[in-house]
Amino acid sequence: MTSEAIAAPPQDREEQRHPFVSLLIHAALIAAAILMLYPLLWMLSASLRPESEIFGSTSLWPSSISFDSFIDGWYALSLPFGRFFTNSFVIAILSVIGNVLSCSLAAFAFARLEFWGKRFWFALMLGTLMLPYHVVLIPQYVLFLKLDWVNTFLPLVVPKFLAHDAFFIFLMVQFFRGIPRELDEAAMMDGCSPWRIYWKIMLPLSLPVLTTAAIFSFIWTWDDFFGPLIYLNDIRNYTVQLGLRSFVDSTGDSDWGGLFAMSLLSLVPVFVFFLAFQRLLIEGIATTGMKR
Amino acid sequence: MAETIPGTLMSAAEPRAPGAAKRAIMGSAPGYMFLLPWLIGFLGLTIGPALASLYLSFTDFDLLTSPEWIGAQNYVRMLTADPKFATSMQVTFLYVIFSVPLKLVFALLVAMALNKGINGLTVYRAVFYLPSLLGGSVAIAVLWRQLFARDGLVNAFLANFGIEGPSWISTPTYSLWTLVILSVWQFGSPMIIFLAGLRQIPQDVYEAASLDGASKWRIFYRVTLPLLTPVIFFNAVIQTIDAFKAFTPAFIISGGTGGPINSTLFYSLYLYQEAFAYFRMGYASALAWVLLAIIGLFTAFSFLTSRYWVHYDE
Repeated sequence: MTSEAIAAPPQDREEQRHPFVSLLIHAALIAAAILMLYPLLWMLSASLRPESEIFGSTSLWPSSISFDSFIDGWYALSLPFGRFFTNSFVIAILSVIGNVLSCSLAAFAFARLEFWGKRFWFALMLGTLMLPYHVVLIPQYVLFLKLDWVNTFLPLVVPKFLAHDAFFIFLMVQFFRGIPRELDEAAMMDGCSPWRIYWKIMLPLSLPVLTTAAIFSFIWTWDDFFGPLIYLNDIRNYTVQLGLRSFVDSTGDSDWGGLFAMSLLSLVPVFVFFLAFQRLLIEGIATTGMKR
Repeated sequence: MAETIPGTLMSAAEPRAPGAAKRAIMGSAPGYMFLLPWLIGFLGLTIGPALASLYLSFTDFDLLTSPEWIGAQNYVRMLTADPKFATSMQVTFLYVIFSVPLKLVFALLVAMALNKGINGLTVYRAVFYLPSLLGGSVAIAVLWRQLFARDGLVNAFLANFGIEGPSWISTPTYSLWTLVILSVWQFGSPMIIFLAGLRQIPQDVYEAASLDGASKWRIFYRVTLPLLTPVIFFNAVIQTIDAFKAFTPAFIISGGTGGPINSTLFYSLYLYQEAFAYFRMGYASALAWVLLAIIGLFTAFSFLTSRYWVHYDE
C-alpha cells in the first residue's frame, strides 16, 4: 500500500492547492468572517460603553467598561425584562415538549406502523410543509379568539402539541427509517405493544434527532415574532421579542445603549445552543436542508 | 395464502375477505392512535382554517360582524383599485430577485473555498453559519436599524474616507437594499447544504477530468456545477419561498409601517396591516390566497423547468 492511500483522502488535504492560492483563500475567508462578525461584536462593545461613546466610533474597544446600559435597558419598560425572559422561556420550553412528543408520535406511525390511508395522510403531511402560514392565519385567529385564548400563551403552545410544525415529523420519519427494523420486529414477536416499542426502543435510539428537533423548536419559538405580535397584547404576557419591539417604539433612537444591551441578552440563549450543539445543528441542516 | 392463487380455492378464500378487511381496520387502530394529535391539528389548524380562509376571501369581514359574501370583489379590488397591493408586490419581487441569487452565489463561493479540506474548516463554518441562526430575531433587526442609521456604524466607517452617508433606512431608494444585505448576510445555511452537496461528488470524477487536462474553470463549469444542480435547485426553491414570506426585519426596521414611502412594504407586512391594523379580514384572506397561488406557481414552474437544467443520477 502506498503512503498516498494511507494518508487522508485527497479531498481532506490542504496541500492540493498551491501554497500561495491557499494563503489567498484564507485571507479572503478571514476578511469575510471579520466583516460578518463585526456588527455583532460592535453591538457587544456598544452595550458595554457609556452612551456618549456609542456613536461616531467604529472601534470595538470601549475606553471604559460600564454595565449601565444593561441596568437601564432591563428597567426601560413598565415591567423589567426579566418578566419577558420568563415568558419566552415558558413558551419555548412548552413548545419543545409539545413538538418532540407530538411529532415523534406521528413520525412513529408513518415510519413503522401499517394503517389504512397511510400514504394519503403522509402526502398531505408533506403538502403542509409547503403551505405558507398566511393561508391559515386568519381563521386560526378567529378560532383562538372564539375560544378566548387571545392574550394567553395557548395559541402559541397548543398547536405545538398537535404536531403543527410538520417539518419535525418529516425530520423524525427520516431518522426512524434508518433504525433497523429487526429491533422492533423482534420486540413485536415477544409481544411488545406498539406503545412499548415507541417508548422503549424508538425514542431511546433516536436521541440525536430528538435533540436536533428540540433545539430547533426552542430557537424558532424563542425567535418567533409574528405569533406573539398577534396573540399577546398585554405587556405582562410579552415575550422578549415583543419587549424589544416596544423598546424600539417607545424610545425610538434615543436609548441605543439599553436597546443594544437587551438585544444582546435576547441572543444569549440561541448563542449558547449554538456553542453547545453546533455539530448537531449543522448536521441537521446538511441532511434535511432546513432553512436556518 | 389462498387468495394469492387465482381461480383455485376461491370459495375458501372469499369468506376470509370481510374478516381480513376487518382485521386491516382493527390493525389500523394503533396507527391512528399515534397519529391522533397530528390528525386533530391537521384538521383543526390546517385544513379547516385553509378552507375557511378561502371562503373568507370572498367576503367582507371585520371580525365583529359576521362575514358578508361579496363574490370576487376582494380580488377585483386588489388587481384594479389597490396601489398598495401593487407596491407590496413590486417590493417583494425586487427583494426576492436580488436577495436570493446573491445569497446563493455567496453561499456557493464560500462552500467551494471551504470544500477542499481547508485548515480550520470547523471554525470558518461556525462563523459563517452563526448569522443564519441569529438572523431571524428582532435583536438583529434592531442592530440593522442602527448600522444603517444616519449616525450608524456604516456611516461612521464611511466618514473615515470623508464620505457623508445618508440615513440608509429612511431613504426610499436605499431602504430595501439594507434588507437585501441582511438576507445575504445569512448565507450560512445554504452554504452548509452546498458543502454537503460538494462532499457527495465522487473524487474520481475530478481526477478523471484533470487527467484529461481540463482546466480548473472547465472542471468547475462542466463537472462541479452540473453535479451540484440538484442542491442548487433545492436551495433556490427553499430560499425563494422563504423570501416571499419575509416579515420581521421589515417590520422592525420600518416600525411596522413598511416605510419610508412603502419602500419596505413586504407582502407579509401588508397582509398583516390589512388584517390586524385595519381588520379587513376578508381582504387579508384574499391576499393570503394570492400569495399561495404565487408560491404554488413558482414551485410548479421550478419543477417543470428543472428537467432541463437539473441533473439527477440515472
